[in-house]
Amino acid sequence: MERTNLPEDGVRYARANPGAAVVAAFAALLLLDLLAKLVGVSLGPLTVAGIDFGPFGGEMALTRVAGYIWDGVVIGLVIGLASIGLSLTYSILNFANFAHGDYITAGAFSGWAATYVVAGLGGLLPILETAVNSLTGIGQRSITDTDLVSLVLLQTPPATAGANVWLSPVAVVLGLVVAVGLTIAMALALDRVVYKPMRGADGISLLIASIGVAFGVRYLVALVFGNSRRIVTSTEKLPEFTLLGTRINAHEVTLVVVAVALMVGMHVLLQRTKLGKAMRAMADNRDLARVTGIPTERVIRTTWILGAGLTGAAGFLLVLSQSGLGFTTGWRLLLLIFAAVIMGGIGSIYGAIAGGLVIGLASRVSLVWLQGDFSSFTDPAAFALMILILLFRPSGIFGGVKTA
Amino acid sequence: MSDRSDGPADADLPDDVDAPDPETLEPGADDSAVEEAAKRVPRGVPLRVEGLRKEFGGITAVDGATFSVEQGSLTGLIGPNGAGKSTTFNCITGVHEPTDGTVHFRGEDITGDRPHAIANRGLVRTFQIARELDEMTVLENMMLAPGGQRGESITRSVLPGLRSDVVGQETELREDAWETLEFFEIDHLAEEYAGNLSGGQRKLLELARALMTEPDMMLLDEPFAGVNPTLEEKLLDRIHALREQEDLTFLLVEHDMDLIMENCEHVIVMHQGRVLDEGTPEKIKANEEVIEAYLGGEV
Amino acid sequence: MSAVDDARGVLERVFAPDAVKVFAMFAGIWLLFYWFGDQLGYTNPFILSLVRRVTFLSAVYALAVLALNIQWGYAGLFNIGVAGFMAVGAYSVAMLSGSPSGTPPGLGLPLPLGILGGVLAATAIGLVAALPALRLKADYLAIVTVAISEIIRITFNSPAFADVTGGASGFDNLPVDPVRTLLLTEPGSIISEPTALGQPIFAFAAEHGIQRLTVVNTIYTLGTLVVLLGVYLLLERTGKSPFGRVLKAIREDETAARSLGKDTQNFKVRAFALGCGLMGLAGIIWYAMGPRASVVPVNFRPELTFYIFIALIIGGSGSNTGSILGGALFASLLFEAPPRVATIIGNRYEIAADPANLVQALAPIVDGELMPLAGFLLNNIDTLRFIGMGVLLILLVQRRPEGLLGARKETAAAVSLAEDTRTGTAPERTTAAADGGETDE
Repeated sequence: MERTNLPEDGVRYARANPGAAVVAAFAALLLLDLLAKLVGVSLGPLTVAGIDFGPFGGEMALTRVAGYIWDGVVIGLVIGLASIGLSLTYSILNFANFAHGDYITAGAFSGWAATYVVAGLGGLLPILETAVNSLTGIGQRSITDTDLVSLVLLQTPPATAGANVWLSPVAVVLGLVVAVGLTIAMALALDRVVYKPMRGADGISLLIASIGVAFGVRYLVALVFGNSRRIVTSTEKLPEFTLLGTRINAHEVTLVVVAVALMVGMHVLLQRTKLGKAMRAMADNRDLARVTGIPTERVIRTTWILGAGLTGAAGFLLVLSQSGLGFTTGWRLLLLIFAAVIMGGIGSIYGAIAGGLVIGLASRVSLVWLQGDFSSFTDPAAFALMILILLFRPSGIFGGVKTA
Repeated sequence: MSDRSDGPADADLPDDVDAPDPETLEPGADDSAVEEAAKRVPRGVPLRVEGLRKEFGGITAVDGATFSVEQGSLTGLIGPNGAGKSTTFNCITGVHEPTDGTVHFRGEDITGDRPHAIANRGLVRTFQIARELDEMTVLENMMLAPGGQRGESITRSVLPGLRSDVVGQETELREDAWETLEFFEIDHLAEEYAGNLSGGQRKLLELARALMTEPDMMLLDEPFAGVNPTLEEKLLDRIHALREQEDLTFLLVEHDMDLIMENCEHVIVMHQGRVLDEGTPEKIKANEEVIEAYLGGEV
Repeated sequence: MSAVDDARGVLERVFAPDAVKVFAMFAGIWLLFYWFGDQLGYTNPFILSLVRRVTFLSAVYALAVLALNIQWGYAGLFNIGVAGFMAVGAYSVAMLSGSPSGTPPGLGLPLPLGILGGVLAATAIGLVAALPALRLKADYLAIVTVAISEIIRITFNSPAFADVTGGASGFDNLPVDPVRTLLLTEPGSIISEPTALGQPIFAFAAEHGIQRLTVVNTIYTLGTLVVLLGVYLLLERTGKSPFGRVLKAIREDETAARSLGKDTQNFKVRAFALGCGLMGLAGIIWYAMGPRASVVPVNFRPELTFYIFIALIIGGSGSNTGSILGGALFASLLFEAPPRVATIIGNRYEIAADPANLVQALAPIVDGELMPLAGFLLNNIDTLRFIGMGVLLILLVQRRPEGLLGARKETAAAVSLAEDTRTGTAPERTTAAADGGETDE
């Protein structure tokens, strides 16, 4: 029986894989720092060139860490949903869609406009009653006197509109459906006008065209809804509970439930349907995808429907978590979504989900170490992670893992 | 003493070298004798491949290939599909790094060197599907090729005094390019975009351009694939002319057995990643194993 | 041949040289904006100001596009991080040449040193940041470069380094405009005594009602045009040379270039470094000094890079002249013209409507009222122009990817490859390959 000598094996591994060794060492350092913080130990401040990097360790309550983790999961699910769409278009249509972030924005605005209208008018029932009344004369007009235009354009103050999953759940569900539907319609229309005449063009030309689409969609949203950033959801009477010291509200729960449901739906699609099997085969083997040439219009349509649908949902759900919405909201997430897709391996749906969670967690949990003034570096940390992966493992962390 | 015409490739050989003639050594015989003989040979033998192995994941594409190519010869590398010819080719030219074995060019070890370094040593390759730069003119393509262009440095191209030196070198290169185009009879296409050329013209340009690098040896990857008989004749004619006038060595990888047998004085047959046989065409034709290999039998 | 054909032929020959094209374009822009100013009721000094403004913007855009062209147009390196490198240039100059007594403090170095430092800093960051990434394929390089650009911007924006960089509000303590140093005894104050050089210039300007600030900015703009010319000549020489030739080959087929003995990685690194240095220079001239001086992180968002890309595609990538044309046309027609046109139309047709949003602008159409929509569109011309840029980009990529000038035979060589330049005799070559027809001397 061979006796394993752990230190010796470790050194040998480190010599053979210096990159992995560095990553492991860095991760260990971060973990030690976290433990030190949780316990409350701190070793003198580190000052380099007049910039105070703070002490090793320090003080951090477990509740804060739990809060970061929860935030990370919430945003990670949104990024994961959006990443599935980007990953699909990247692998099947063969280009990096730089307008993807603006699809998120479009989904968010259209969905919440619908929610506002329904919620602001008092709910679905009054609308139906009024519709019946105007058509047939039966019943009564029960729509409350509100400014419809202001509602559609998301300019009504949040408290007045009452867009809240507890107070008007039907409105929120309806909004989600509208978000998904409109984003799909928009994606199909754009495909017909912009990308279909360019089928077979190289990836870079398509990428540049998608930059044009990004400008168009983004500033169209700005034209319709205005330039300013606004708070959309209302937190009035919103139920919440505390877990491990972290406050979790009903909106976040809704987000998690819907996102997970959509992902489970994708899973079922991938495992149980013929279409799903084909998609997995193409993801597992990109050479196969390349060899089969330009995909058929039907495959392309399905790709956009699935991808844009999930992206629209992601945009809608995003507002549940962050309340605020502006015309650049989606665009600002784009790089993080790219990071998630690359990390997960292009074309891999499971990879996109995993990548989204990793990036989401990284962007929030990194606040444990990036405190105070350095908190602005959470995004750059995620970008740096993505760059490292592109350089050293371009097929992604999960790429090359067979799922078929 | 082998009977060889003097040319630039032999210029730095010492006078009293007694290079053994590879044809007197029986291929397939005791490898060590060949190895010993090879070690005694200074820069004379252009290409020497020894024990070349290349594995991709679980597949061994080349499994111990050993052969050499004689100076000034027109040597053919043939074999059925999957024999490992292309992989061997790519290992020699630096596209793949061999898992094992060595490649020596003019006595120097080039195993695992990168493609551009190998080309700079004088071992230049062409591609089966001609890689012409479509958006550049034929003349531009030609002037791209030569090495040692001083204008490839930014400062030398920009600074006033140094630029006139570059202009002088460019003028010379342009003359060389015209001459070479004439040699291949495509000079009338000099100002055309390479993308507008016909398939045959592209093949000629591929060869002409490679020639501009002033190589010692050329590796041609299926140069006659999809080529009509007239063009084939022309290509062969030019290749023979180059052997005579420049003492260039040629190694051809080809599928067309007849062509190789008719034109090459030395043939190497590969099968299942190994060298099955090498020698004159007559000897190869008579080898039963070779015939069986092509008919699909296991050897 | 009819008279029309003759005239066409003459025009084509006259416009053939690139210098004529560029000059004609600038002349056209000046005329157009003179007309705008006139329509808007400006007096001459204000028209001068307007024309100067659009010329400056055209020139700095052209500079940035030229820099990007050497990377993307020649070498095929898809760099969407242009804004980041421009930021490095601008910030470096500010930090090196800003006065030590200002906030944030600079090093107070003389301006030429600062500018050199800025260009070198941009080059260095370009090398360090992108060196490993140049091996990646084009779309991955695109993502990496935009990530790098954002990391740079976020770093400058971060409160963590605000003592050094000024944080989100930017580097307020900018170096003195060099033109002011030339023309004024106290460069900080526009009303101070002029220098010997400044005296006649300001006097002349005063006679025509032109303000001092306009004079300073106009001379700065002329200086920018001189820099543009210099950079253009530099890049023409760089491109029309063996170096440029190899870059073109790399763009199209890197494997082919390697098989001919070219160390492609080395070429890519040099092209990238040169481009980044020039981007730094563009950032310096545009944002660190002069009429638009403003070293603030929000100026260097990825949108800036996309504008420069659009300009490059308009002009045609691969052509230096195209880069100048594209940059100038983008700045003048797509950026500066729409707001002016909107104001002119608004005045001409007395469109006073100002609906608060699109719905209120569209609703009256049912009653046949188009004014509110017109008013809305005119008031939101800034937003509309970006939608227009997006649409234009799509159309260009679909229908005219070679750009305005079309596909030009711009061979990359230090000598002309356009004619048969063969001499009758064969040159001295011991192993002449020619046979048949050549006399041997």
